[in-house]
Amino acid sequence: MSAPPVSGEQRIREAFAGASGRAALMPYLMGGFPTLADSMRIGEACVQAGADVIELGVPYSDPLADGPVIHAAGTAALAAGANLAGVLEVARAVSEGVPVVLMCYSNMVFAPGVDAFLERAARAGVSGLIVPDLPHGEAPEVREACERAGIAQVPLVAPTTTPERLAQIGADAMGFVYTVSVVGTTGERRALSEHFAEVIARTRASTQVPVALGFGISTPEHAAQAADAGADGVIVGTRLVRAAGEGADPAGAVGALVAELAAGLDAAR
Amino acid sequence: MSAPSREGGVEHRFGEYGGQYVPETLMPALAELEQAWLQARADPDYLQELDSLRRDFSGRPTPLYHAQRLSERVGHPVYLKREDLNHTGSHKLNNALGQVLLARRMGKRRIIAETGAGQHGVATATVCALLGMECVVYMGTQDTKRQQPNVQRMQLLGARVEPVDAGARTLKEATSEAIRDWVTNVESTHYVIGSVVGPAPYPALVRELQRVIGEEARAQILEREGRLPARVIACVGGGSNAIGAFAAFVPDEQVELIGVEAGGDGIDTPRHGAPLTVNSRAGVLHGSRSAIMQDEEGQILEAHSISAGLDYPGAGPEHAHLRDTGRARYVAVSDAEALDAFKAVTRLEGIIPALETAHALAWLLSAPGGELDIVCLSGRGDKDLAEVLGMGGD
Repeated sequence: MSAPPVSGEQRIREAFAGASGRAALMPYLMGGFPTLADSMRIGEACVQAGADVIELGVPYSDPLADGPVIHAAGTAALAAGANLAGVLEVARAVSEGVPVVLMCYSNMVFAPGVDAFLERAARAGVSGLIVPDLPHGEAPEVREACERAGIAQVPLVAPTTTPERLAQIGADAMGFVYTVSVVGTTGERRALSEHFAEVIARTRASTQVPVALGFGISTPEHAAQAADAGADGVIVGTRLVRAAGEGADPAGAVGALVAELAAGLDAAR
Repeated sequence: MSAPSREGGVEHRFGEYGGQYVPETLMPALAELEQAWLQARADPDYLQELDSLRRDFSGRPTPLYHAQRLSERVGHPVYLKREDLNHTGSHKLNNALGQVLLARRMGKRRIIAETGAGQHGVATATVCALLGMECVVYMGTQDTKRQQPNVQRMQLLGARVEPVDAGARTLKEATSEAIRDWVTNVESTHYVIGSVVGPAPYPALVRELQRVIGEEARAQILEREGRLPARVIACVGGGSNAIGAFAAFVPDEQVELIGVEAGGDGIDTPRHGAPLTVNSRAGVLHGSRSAIMQDEEGQILEAHSISAGLDYPGAGPEHAHLRDTGRARYVAVSDAEALDAFKAVTRLEGIIPALETAHALAWLLSAPGGELDIVCLSGRGDKDLAEVLGMGGD
């Protein structure tokens, strides 16, 4: 298979570089939640409100890295009939505006065969892939297939990651390194962990690609703090998924929050 | 990945199965656990403490009992490895003792566990009471209902039972929730996984702690009969009593190893828990690659079994490997057959088996042939009375 004219990795790099001098804003949305049509509109609202990269969750039956809000959203999406084809439709629409990074648990990547999965994703315009239950030692097969498909395989690092592991992960990273700010699952926290700046700094020292911080970032203040501490991107998930599940106008609610987050990052520039 | 080996390291892979498919946050904890285990199993102090607790606290060695009337019924000698006579009533204490002692060596103060039937939860809560450690047990709300006596036992022992309301509200969800707790509290907490499932090193670690079942049984049958059994039969949910019973016999190629899975409503329906028997496609569940029940896109399916301990859509990776290599054979028994065997064996032998164990007994009762069998009587069935009587048991 020949690589697409613009590789996913390149598109992601350009999005970080083009974030007008501020940290890239990277909203997460759950594909198919609350409905497929809503998630399509939410993605478009995020782009309108200043998102630089969209992280698109694929709902999964057993999401081990997710806290209760995203877990429940995934369950609801599946109950409402969401499937990979539907989520990739969202990816196709959103990727016309900004690069889309798919967040998908490993069994769904393996089920159809890694190459077949990635080929479908690439055709839908996906630029990157995050597999939250695929640590570095298990990743080579997926990483090589990602290279073939022109998709960046984005690794995660955690506060518990040892320096030796961090060096290996950082060296092999594509697109960006997803830096988990806390020891725990996804979810809102009142404040950023006290070690978040240190976590950003040590990830930065381990890699050539941009460093994005996620897990527990829910307010414009958190986003600004992460940017001040040197994060190239901030990922906001649970807060937005919660908003998507609450109101009568999910896209409006999420769009408003994303605009506030963008303003927070602009102010921190 | 390390190749399978008996000495030295711990297997990460069993053929194409196993591995470590978990969030990065847990990876250092898995490495730490593996190191601690390698040191502990070479440390005479650890082994001596484990041995003495097995003997004086748990009551090992457990008897190998010649079940006379059951033997008459099937037409050949049948021995029952009486794991039900362990303290707490099942083989689960073998693993809990080893792991909680290990956790204490590692300086962990808090213990978490998942449980289906409640036997692993009770065993873990028991050892935590013994060693004065904090214990939290995750259990699906479907199971807290059908295994109420075990919930009460865990609470009496000082454990906190966390009901899990997601999905089918059974063992799969309880395990997922325990893993999420571990991701959050990994620095203070050890996760005592209850079966030969999960990311490496758990499948090998739990097997080593359960292999005492087969080692004792092998020596006992040689002493009693002067020969090896023709078959070793055990039920398989995740598969810890089966791996424990099989491990010592794996090198004895003339001994047939038979794992009995939950057939539920029947393996021709979607309502069962028999991924090994029906040759489910391999996939990743709870940190390792094995035979699992899944749909086309890789969503994990809900299992079904009358027995909470077998109500699980996966099985340990080593079982999948033993199946593929032909060393072990896997079969399934329906809810109804298990229920019949539960009642039959109770009256034949004066032993009330766990509903899980009743699956192994049901296969024995229905399968033709056989010559000298050992069945792992993995646990006692007192916990199942409400369930069985509620279904019209007489």
